[in-house]
Parts: sequence; structure tokens; C-alpha cells
Amino acid sequence: MSHFIDISQAEMVFNTNKGQFHALRDINLCIEKGQFVALIGHSGCGKSTLLNLIAGLLLPTSGGLICDGREIAGPGPERAVVFQNHSLLPWLTCFQNVYLAVERVFGAKESKAQLKKRTADALELVGMSHATDKRPNEISGGMKQRVGIARALAMEPKVLLMDEPFGALDALTRAHLQDELLKIVARTQSTVVMVTHDVDEAVLLSDRIVMMTNGPAATIGEVLEVPLARPRNRVELAEDTAYIHCRKAVLDFLYTRHGVAHKQAA
Amino acid sequence: MVSAVFHSPSDASDALRADKASAATPSSNPMTTSIPTPATAVTPKASAKPKRPPVDWGALALKVISPVAGLALLIAIWGLLTMKSTTFPTPAATWDAAVVLFSDPFYDNGPNDQGLGWNILFSLKRVAMGFGLAALVGIPLGFLIGRSKVIGSMLNPIISLLRPVSPLAWLPIGLLVFKSADPAAIWTIFICSIWPMIINTAVGVQRVPEDYLNVAKVLNLSEWKIVTKILLPSVLPYMLTGVRLSVGTAWLVIVAAEMLTGGVGIGFWVWDEWNNLNVQHIIIAIVVIGVVGLLLEQALVSIANRFSFE
Repeated sequence: MSHFIDISQAEMVFNTNKGQFHALRDINLCIEKGQFVALIGHSGCGKSTLLNLIAGLLLPTSGGLICDGREIAGPGPERAVVFQNHSLLPWLTCFQNVYLAVERVFGAKESKAQLKKRTADALELVGMSHATDKRPNEISGGMKQRVGIARALAMEPKVLLMDEPFGALDALTRAHLQDELLKIVARTQSTVVMVTHDVDEAVLLSDRIVMMTNGPAATIGEVLEVPLARPRNRVELAEDTAYIHCRKAVLDFLYTRHGVAHKQAA
Repeated sequence: MVSAVFHSPSDASDALRADKASAATPSSNPMTTSIPTPATAVTPKASAKPKRPPVDWGALALKVISPVAGLALLIAIWGLLTMKSTTFPTPAATWDAAVVLFSDPFYDNGPNDQGLGWNILFSLKRVAMGFGLAALVGIPLGFLIGRSKVIGSMLNPIISLLRPVSPLAWLPIGLLVFKSADPAAIWTIFICSIWPMIINTAVGVQRVPEDYLNVAKVLNLSEWKIVTKILLPSVLPYMLTGVRLSVGTAWLVIVAAEMLTGGVGIGFWVWDEWNNLNVQHIIIAIVVIGVVGLLLEQALVSIANRFSFE
């Protein structure tokens, strides 16, 4: 109970048209406050499912999830999600998208001016002040994802859940946003759980890397502690032995021990 | 290696949605699922709002001249075919009749002899009433069907059964219930224009992107906010498609309904002119009905485009 997020014996079985699909089994994971945890694994290993369990968008078939001493029984703004494809509402401006979240969380206690200030601050935090009145289809993919992050951060969540937030971006934009995220997380001391399939991203950003075995009935194969000091600099880390060691360990897990050899025929 | 496949800066959201869906199936190969198909990755959304290019006179000429030439060809064939006919009016005779008719479209010589303009306005009024009632009933019903599986499975068989019925089959029911021609015609319009609105609204509600609903869930939005901020805006384009189809059908049906019910209206006017053997007027009416239908359609298309966010 002393852990911030405590997942014990979680199991997830989906009822599909083709019968039952056993997605996750025996998931045991503890996350401390202020930690940055990456979930990594091959496609279809259930890492997004695990994230959705923490978000409360899915409820486990058996087992329990506890966040800050309370059982996770459904989604809520204290566990903000940054979705894979940004999920901004296309009929609202960037400001309105963030404001919708701010209003929901703080609307009961604060004045309109305060809510607007929170919204503007969140957009400034991600460097999007210049696009407050633009609609999502008027800005680039990287910018949309920034607004998605701003929306999540503006809710001052206990946990920030990110589902492959930079997966859809080009490499340069992605690197830039990763650096921004490092700075933001250092400033806000957020607890973050991020799903990724990018080994470098996982090592660069996280304190711990949770590596998942292949599905069906995937589980946590190994948890790697990343002993790199913060603040981290991607250029300096490129030759850091600890960094290279972590990177090698993840690659080794993903490709040597849990490769997708049996699927390559498909 | 896998991550490198994801770099499609243009518009990867569609591809990713597909990828996310396929990621749920366990046996899919990560290599193949990550690759956005060219069709989805290359859709250039930015091209929807291009800068105004310099006027292309050649294209403009093609755009203007070819439709005019087509129309001229049609009239020429009509003229050729009716050259020696004594019963079917020639284009020239029709034109002369049209000039007379359009010089005073709003005369009123009693209930059975009114100008073409009045007849069209009366028909439009019936369409507007029947269609408006259909929208009032159909759109909320579509929402209910889309939101609730129970109501959906209760009503879907009834809708499937009644939708293919010709609207005119409902006319006697209307006459029986309302005991008057005018409400019966409105009833017929109501029944024929309600289906596209129910069905399209229901489909729209069912197709509200899961992502938006997840946002609503994570934010714990109130039901009112979900309806106003997420459901209505995302269903609106579907709803407007339904409205457009409905108005089109309603305008098709009103002519037939009025032929049967009588009174002032373009449908009855056509029938009346047939009884008077004023065939030129029938041809004019056909053109006028077509033009009015086209204008209705265009008006609704422009409304629909205003509410499109993609």
C-alpha cells in the first residue's frame, strides 16, 4: 500500500467475436511517486492495454489496481491520458480543447479568469501560445501532440499516462518533444507512465523500463532500472557506458530473447 | 527498427488509428501493421484550403462551355424530333409559353388558377412542414437508436420494413386519419423524409470516434457536456447528409402526392395542365421542378460544408 501505483495480479481477458482473448496475465508492478516508467514491448503485447487499465478505461478481469491508496474503478482526471493520436476535438480551438479539461477539473473552485490563466499557462508550458486560436487541423502533428500534452498537464494529474505520444511524429520533431517532456517533467515532478516501442526513447526518458513479453497472455518479463543522472542530455548520453548498457539490455530482451521470429512468416 | 516505420509526417493519425486497431489483434505482425498504407498516409488534408490560383481561362471555358454545349445539344435533338410533330411542343413554342408564364408568376384567379410561383411556394411550404416535422421526430430518434442498443434493436427491424415502402402508399392512411388532402400530403412528405434522417443520425452517433469518447471519459465530462461538446459536433455532418437526402426525397415525392391530392401546388399544376393539354407547361414545370430541387440541394451542401471540420 505504500506504493503510489500498485498493480497486483492483474489479468485481462477480452471477449471478442472469435471467443476469448487472453491479453494480460500476472501483472505485478509498483510505481513510486515522481517516477518516470516506460512500458516497452512488441506490437500486440498488451502494453496499451496495461496503460488503459491504469487509466481506468478498461477494468481488469481479475486482480487489482490501486492509485494513491484508492482502487482504480474508472477513468478520472487525476490520471490524465495523452493519447496516441492526440485526440483533440477538431471543432474546438487549441485553447478550447485545453479549457474543456481545465474547466472540468477546476471549474467548481476557481473563477473564469483563473481557468483561462491555467489554460494559457499550460499552452505556454508546451510552447504553443502562438496557436491558441487555431483549430487542430490547422497545426502540425507535433503541435497537436503538444496541445494534447498541455491538456493533460493542465489538469494537474497525479499520474500522466502517455500512449505512444510521439509515435506518429518524424524523428526530429520527436527528439525535440522528448527534450521538452524531460524539462516539463523535471519542473512538474510528475509521475509518468509511457507506452513506447522506441528503445532510445525509453532509455532517455525513464527511471525504469518495464519490458513486456509477447502476447497473447503477455506479462512483465523484466524491469530495468535506468541509473542515469538527470538532467539528461541526449548528445552526451550517446557515448555514456551506462546508457549504452541499458540500451543493449532492452534490445537484448526485445530481439534476442523475445523476438518475433514465429511471426515473420505472416 | 520498428519505430522508423512510423515516420509519416503528413498525416499519420489515420494510419495510426488503423494501426491501433490492428494492434489489438494478437497475431498481427508488428512489421506489417506499423506501415501506413500509402492511401491513408498520403491524404493531403492541407490541400483542402489551397491559395487561390490565378484564373485558368482554359479550364473556365471548359467548365462553362461544355455544359452549355450539352444543353444546346439536348434542345437541338428535341427540336429535330418535334419538327414534324403536331402534339409535342417544339422548343420555340415552349420558350414562348415560358415567357408568358414567367412574366406574371404570382397572379391569382381563384383557387384553381394561380400563377406558377404560387404553386411552387405552396409545394415548398408542404415540403417544409412535412420535412420539419420529420426532422423534429427523426433526429432525436436517431440519437436514441445510436446511443441505446436496446432501442436500436427494437426499432431497426421496423425501420428496415417500412423504409422501402413507396411514400404514396402512405397517402390513403393520411387521408383516412386527417380527413383532408393538405395534411395528408404533409404526412406523406413526413414519412418519406424521416428515414434518411433517422438512419444517418444513428450511424453518426455510432461512429463518434472512440478517441473522443475516451477523452470524455478521462475528463469525466457531464452528460450535457458530452452531448454538446462531443456528440453533436461529431454527428452533425452525418445529420446534415440525412437532411440533404430527406429534402431531395421530399421534393421528389411532393409532385406525385399533389397529383393525387389536388389543391394549389406544382404537382397538381402539372396534372391540371395535362388535363388542359398544355404540354409546353408540363415541360416548363419539369425544368422548374429540377431547378428548385437543384437549388435546395446546393443550399444544403453549402450548409454541410460549413460544418465540416476534417
